[in-house]
Amino acid sequence: MQTRAEIIAVSGSIVLMLMLLELVRRRKLKEKYSLLWLFTALVLLVLSLSKGLLDKLAVLMGIYYSPSAFFLLAFMFMMLIMVQFSIVISRLSERNKTLAQELALLRLEMGKLKAGAEPGGHEEKT
Amino acid sequence: MVRDMNIQKMLAIVPAYNEEGSVAGVVRGIKAAHPEADVLVVNDGSGDRTAEEAAGAGALVATLPYNMGIGAAVQTGYRYAYDMGYDAAAQVDGDGQHDPAELVKILAPLKDGTADLVVGSRFLEGEGFKSTFMRRVGITLFSRVLSSLTGEKLTDPTSGFRAANKKAIRLLAADYPEDYPEVESLLLVHLAGLNLAERPVLMRPRAGGRSSITPVRSLYYMVKVMMVIFIWLFRERPKLEG
Repeated sequence: MQTRAEIIAVSGSIVLMLMLLELVRRRKLKEKYSLLWLFTALVLLVLSLSKGLLDKLAVLMGIYYSPSAFFLLAFMFMMLIMVQFSIVISRLSERNKTLAQELALLRLEMGKLKAGAEPGGHEEKT
Repeated sequence: MVRDMNIQKMLAIVPAYNEEGSVAGVVRGIKAAHPEADVLVVNDGSGDRTAEEAAGAGALVATLPYNMGIGAAVQTGYRYAYDMGYDAAAQVDGDGQHDPAELVKILAPLKDGTADLVVGSRFLEGEGFKSTFMRRVGITLFSRVLSSLTGEKLTDPTSGFRAANKKAIRLLAADYPEDYPEVESLLLVHLAGLNLAERPVLMRPRAGGRSSITPVRSLYYMVKVMMVIFIWLFRERPKLEG
């Protein structure tokens, strides 16, 4: 049972890492945002390869059932990644807002220029 | 210190989301009361004829590419005011709640230099406007909290009928809150070291459109705004750059 679980954990971590590397290679995932993911996959891989290390870590964390330590660590990394996402989304939405506002004002300016350039178009007072 | 601030160029900012029934009247009202002012309608991604109606009434129209909410719409107006070097900017809702004839009251403290941002309050004098119970509870709460934080008596912090001088324009163009920006923007202005003032105004029931605040959202509104106020207490104060 133990070994079967280990095989699943190891192959899962390897698949995750390969998938991430492939996404970066194909430029579907930016290097910048892959780092935290790759580090997570690496930690999971090391812990699933070395039962001894995981057990030691579990004892250190005061967790009796070592697979729980594995889940806890995996969960904590997920949380980190999600917080990173939220930060990135916040920044994106701020920039998106600025862009949309600039666009609206540029279109207004363009309309004013057009109206001023057309013969018979009303002159813009300053 | 009382100075005579010369307001030569004034911009009226009219945020409007699906206000085709009322926006033209608002624009005409402002032009009638202040022929010297430019009127900018910020069309917040309306699906109706708001932009055409506003332009037909003689307003400049900035159309946001999608609905972005009142905060982003108003900030667009302040950005324009800042870019174009206006001396004063007044916010007037596109739904007809704010009477342009009352603008002169909230512009007065800017002119005599006693305030940088002036809010038109429904509650300072009499009552021209009835609100729902939940909203009144919220307004009272915000009013108490803001008044004690700023040391300024603010009876109507959710009012969107406002006037800003050059300093306030610069601040609000650079940083304007989202979602429910009225209360938060007052705190921002205060934290930046600018002077706030309130003047009594009469408000009318909206001429058209719907309020963006449904009863269901009131609670979220209150919780969010209170949280935002709380967070600002731990932030670096907004700075007027330049």
